[in-house]
Amino acid sequence: MSILGTRVVRTEDPRLLTAGGTYTDDLRLPELAGAGRITFVRSPMAHARITGIDTSAARKAPGVIAVLTASDLDDVPSAGDNPTAEPLLAAGRVRYVGEAVAIVVTEDSYQGEDAAELVSVDYEPLPAVVTIGDALAGSTLLFDGTGSNLAAAGGDPAPDDAFSGCDVVIERRIVNQRLAPVPLEVRAAAARWADGRLTLWVSTQNAQLARGALAGSLGLPEAAIRVIAPDVGGGFGAKIAAERDSIAVAWAAKRLSRPLRWVETRNENLMGMVHGRAQQHIIKIGGTRDGRIRAYHLDLVQDCGAYPRFGPFLATLTKLMASGVYDIGYAGATFRAVVTTTTPVSAYRGAGRPEATAAIERAVDLFAAEIGMDPVEVRRRNVVPPDAFPYTTQSGAVYDSGDYAAALDKVLAAAGYAGLRAEQARRRERGDPAQLGIGVSCYVEITAGDAPLGETSRLVVDATGAATVYTGSSAHGQGHQTAFAMLVSDELGIPMDRITVIHGDTDAVPKGVGTYASRSLQLGGSAVHQAAVEVKDKARDLAAGMIEASEADLEFDVSRGAWQVRGDPETALTLAAIAERAGPDGLVADVDFRPDSPTFPFGAHVAVVEVDTETGKATLIRHVTVDDAGKVLNPVLAEGQRHGGIAQGVAQALLEEMLYDADGNPLTATLADYSAITATELPSFELIGMETPTTVNPLGVKGIGEAGTIGAAPAVQSAVIDAVAHLGVRHIDMPATPVRVWTAIRECYSEPTSEPGPSDPGERSVQMAPAGPSRVSE
Amino acid sequence: MKVTVTVNGAEVAAEVEDRMLLVHYLREVAGLTATNIGCDTTSCGACTILLDGESVKSCTVLTAQADGHQVVTAEGLASPDGEMHPVQRAFRAEHGLQCGFCTPGMVLAAVSLLRENPHPTEQDVRSGLEGNLCRCTGYHNIVRAVLAAAGETAAQQTAVGEAAQ
Amino acid sequence: MIPAPFTYQRASSIEEALEMAAEHGEDAKFLAGGHSLLPLMKLRLAQPEVLIDLGPLRDLSYIRDGGDHIAIGALTRHHDLQHSDVLAEAVPLLAHASGQVGDPQIRHRGTIGGSLAHSDPASDLPATILALDATLVARGPSGTRQIAAADFFQGLFETALEPDELLTEIRVPKPAAAGWSFQKFTKRAIDWAIVGVAVQGGSVALVNMAQTPVRAAAVERALVGGASAGEAAAHAAEGTSPADDINATSAYRQHLARVLVTRALQEAAARG
Repeated sequence: MSILGTRVVRTEDPRLLTAGGTYTDDLRLPELAGAGRITFVRSPMAHARITGIDTSAARKAPGVIAVLTASDLDDVPSAGDNPTAEPLLAAGRVRYVGEAVAIVVTEDSYQGEDAAELVSVDYEPLPAVVTIGDALAGSTLLFDGTGSNLAAAGGDPAPDDAFSGCDVVIERRIVNQRLAPVPLEVRAAAARWADGRLTLWVSTQNAQLARGALAGSLGLPEAAIRVIAPDVGGGFGAKIAAERDSIAVAWAAKRLSRPLRWVETRNENLMGMVHGRAQQHIIKIGGTRDGRIRAYHLDLVQDCGAYPRFGPFLATLTKLMASGVYDIGYAGATFRAVVTTTTPVSAYRGAGRPEATAAIERAVDLFAAEIGMDPVEVRRRNVVPPDAFPYTTQSGAVYDSGDYAAALDKVLAAAGYAGLRAEQARRRERGDPAQLGIGVSCYVEITAGDAPLGETSRLVVDATGAATVYTGSSAHGQGHQTAFAMLVSDELGIPMDRITVIHGDTDAVPKGVGTYASRSLQLGGSAVHQAAVEVKDKARDLAAGMIEASEADLEFDVSRGAWQVRGDPETALTLAAIAERAGPDGLVADVDFRPDSPTFPFGAHVAVVEVDTETGKATLIRHVTVDDAGKVLNPVLAEGQRHGGIAQGVAQALLEEMLYDADGNPLTATLADYSAITATELPSFELIGMETPTTVNPLGVKGIGEAGTIGAAPAVQSAVIDAVAHLGVRHIDMPATPVRVWTAIRECYSEPTSEPGPSDPGERSVQMAPAGPSRVSE
Repeated sequence: MKVTVTVNGAEVAAEVEDRMLLVHYLREVAGLTATNIGCDTTSCGACTILLDGESVKSCTVLTAQADGHQVVTAEGLASPDGEMHPVQRAFRAEHGLQCGFCTPGMVLAAVSLLRENPHPTEQDVRSGLEGNLCRCTGYHNIVRAVLAAAGETAAQQTAVGEAAQ
Repeated sequence: MIPAPFTYQRASSIEEALEMAAEHGEDAKFLAGGHSLLPLMKLRLAQPEVLIDLGPLRDLSYIRDGGDHIAIGALTRHHDLQHSDVLAEAVPLLAHASGQVGDPQIRHRGTIGGSLAHSDPASDLPATILALDATLVARGPSGTRQIAAADFFQGLFETALEPDELLTEIRVPKPAAAGWSFQKFTKRAIDWAIVGVAVQGGSVALVNMAQTPVRAAAVERALVGGASAGEAAAHAAEGTSPADDINATSAYRQHLARVLVTRALQEAAARG
């Protein structure tokens, strides 16, 4: 029986539980003996010119080895003519609170905090550009010579007649708020320059990409750089490749010819690690009263933070996935990406797709409310039908496989949707202070969006019969050690405990991409699988010679891991024996798996919340999901990814937001202020299984890592609004905190003003006369 | 100042700065790095250890305050022959960890919780772990693990009780 | 993350603690459980030059039935108050409120004395002992004095204690009226209260509605005048000055005070 698809507990866990993982700050290697400690001096200003840095007092402090500033960066390539280039240390100008300005190197870390306080930086304040509105207004530019704060723009506006033929058109401004990824392990790095070579240990999701970033920033050939990812305590997209502070650690180690190490504080992490989301949307949806959506346009502005980095790319992903699961006559998006004097924004679990989903799901709910139809029914009438795959969207995405209506039906059945609506009705009739809200979301998302970059796997089976997998994937909690061993074991019959999986060291795995975009199983796993098949085939070819039979007469007995003449176990040759004959390296296969296209997992979530209408507090009491990512290799791992994803989506909907004041000072820069979700705010989740395979890869798998997050946030947001919709509430932006819910309820009872329409200007609802559209201007 | 802290049954003595936090003592002086640091506001619980048998956030204890006291870290939970503690076993069986960074603190918080409340409800477990953040698991399997560990202990006690009759 | 350097001194007796405090004056702070003080020091928002560790003073940890009151040693931990049979019987409000402080790990270390001396109006215990009309016993170089709870909390992080005084005991009169309730409103269970209410009989105290815990005097007067819970609670925000911050507006806090006082009075009535 195949091990694939069965529940296998992780091989990673005994070590992690009994000894703890070895994360970057845990390293106690001889190469790092005597390493100095780095403490960064960071800007307390959102936007300012640096008019002077006085390091004299700091340099005299106990234990100080050196104090480095931008003026010492004379040995790295210049930015050239890139006006928005990001320096390793701020040179002359700071653009966000927390931007690194200087490096203090001390013998121990306690001394570092003391000495960093003594570095005196003179700032000449510049106006902060805190909001997207500030950035677009453009009265203050972050970068000289750019003419605006616009980093990128794209997409075409809706055609003039896109919304004609609609009975109803709704347009609304909504926010997908800025979040902090908050991996439990903050950023950390250790570096050593020896014998003309740099070794950087860093908490990264992509050792090979990190090597490339270091090469570019430091002007070194890649061959002179080794990057090692030790155990990594969570990444969620925020630890992709290597970012400026880690690169600065490497530079300083080379500069001082001394091993150095660094670990930030959580406060630094909340200002210095990339943030996520941070988009503003104008959603416009139109349709007919029979429930058919005719047109949808999303206009989005991506806040990139102080440096463009990944921000523009996030916007393109949102645009790509804007139409979601729906088959709509016109669906399109336009985007702009702007810079602001805040922490740079980059990929965070979902990276552009949660934003697209939240936008269209909100739009569909608003449309449903406007025409008085159950939002579930509206979805049923508009999702891409199951016989339409592969389905090409107007944005050019080719959805490989899916059955959106089936996912919706499954989750509704599991949730007991009719019963929930009945309970809701009872509470509404009684006017209970605790009201029930039911939110439903349907989603599709893109995984392995960079599929053509592929993933690598080298597989070695040695003369003892043990197997070593060298994978370009880079687990930081996903359980690849177990999953990839399952693939090898299933193909070659090697027991799990004789399979080692190696990743995250560019000397051991010189070529690879790493783990993000939910790509690892479909790309990395497919590469492992293919390598196992190739090893098996090589073994057969060798066995044929050893047994003196033709390859066609041989069969592989996976239960013994051996090739034999068909039906004749006496002739069996184990892989170990064949590997011995293969040569000193054993049986080896090298695979670079590059499919043509990404895959598109999908699903549907139902969230049930209880809202205390007197206080506005929403409590999630049930969360039911279908998340279909094709075939499930190991349900234990898949469920874990769904749970973690759901929790982060719920957190966005109810609790979390990175806030800045009008001067660009972060207001939520500790975990006491940033409301990272805890166990008490969550119920146990109800996961329903559904597997719609893909033909894009031989495993039939898609990516599950981000799906839970993408589906969860809109369902929960919708549920909160639904709980108080009968009071007149139409919309509440995420996070739907108690004060926001209470405010929304209160506004429904506010004194009428001289102007008609809702008190919040976010929505305009235009009722069309049946004879033809006549736009009512407001 | 000179301090002696008993860590996992062994005395660890050293001369340290007065301000040295217990978590750094454990990681740097005692050389036990399973205990992790995840925040600076006593919020995340990754540094949770047992101090005289009770769960405590070691980032908010001075080494000086632990002088003469007993500390148990994750490394000290397994039995001398290497067999995992029931809570550790349950975490593995229920997939209650992914990246593992919160896990030592989470496990020790659970151990302390179960000592004080051997038969917790799901809500008791969720409340009991309010001081421990996890970003990977969504807590679902952590809660299952703690309940499973409680059940195992209850089953063992029942077995012992039955055997004694 | 790391406190500024300081000198650690360990007191082996109350007398020694007082001597150390007298010697160092404003340069020194007492260290009890450390879960109010050390977090501030780690962020370098407090930088005392000397810490006087009261940890060894185990004889300041007790919960005793004193006849008409319960006497609680200042170094009694929240955990012990939460699980005390004596308190559960005599002053369940305090047992319950102690169980609301922070999380289990914090409750294993934090002490009632430390929390009260820290005087954070967003903390649970200051309002609780204000509602209970407790008396705080302080010892200094010139002897012992008793301070009424109503006089103890003087401002944000300010109490009536002199720098050379040590809080030694909290005396909680056994409540005449049995009804009690503690309403703590948060976004997450681990958060400080956005607004909180402690009720014991007709005494109503508010958490996080001003720079100190405050009694909702207008509510109390209305109750004495025969008002219902809802009628009395309408006065909950009078005399308060709640803040605008990232979690709530002042208007919202005022609203919450009214809602929570209503609920607290109703729950207390059901218990009484």
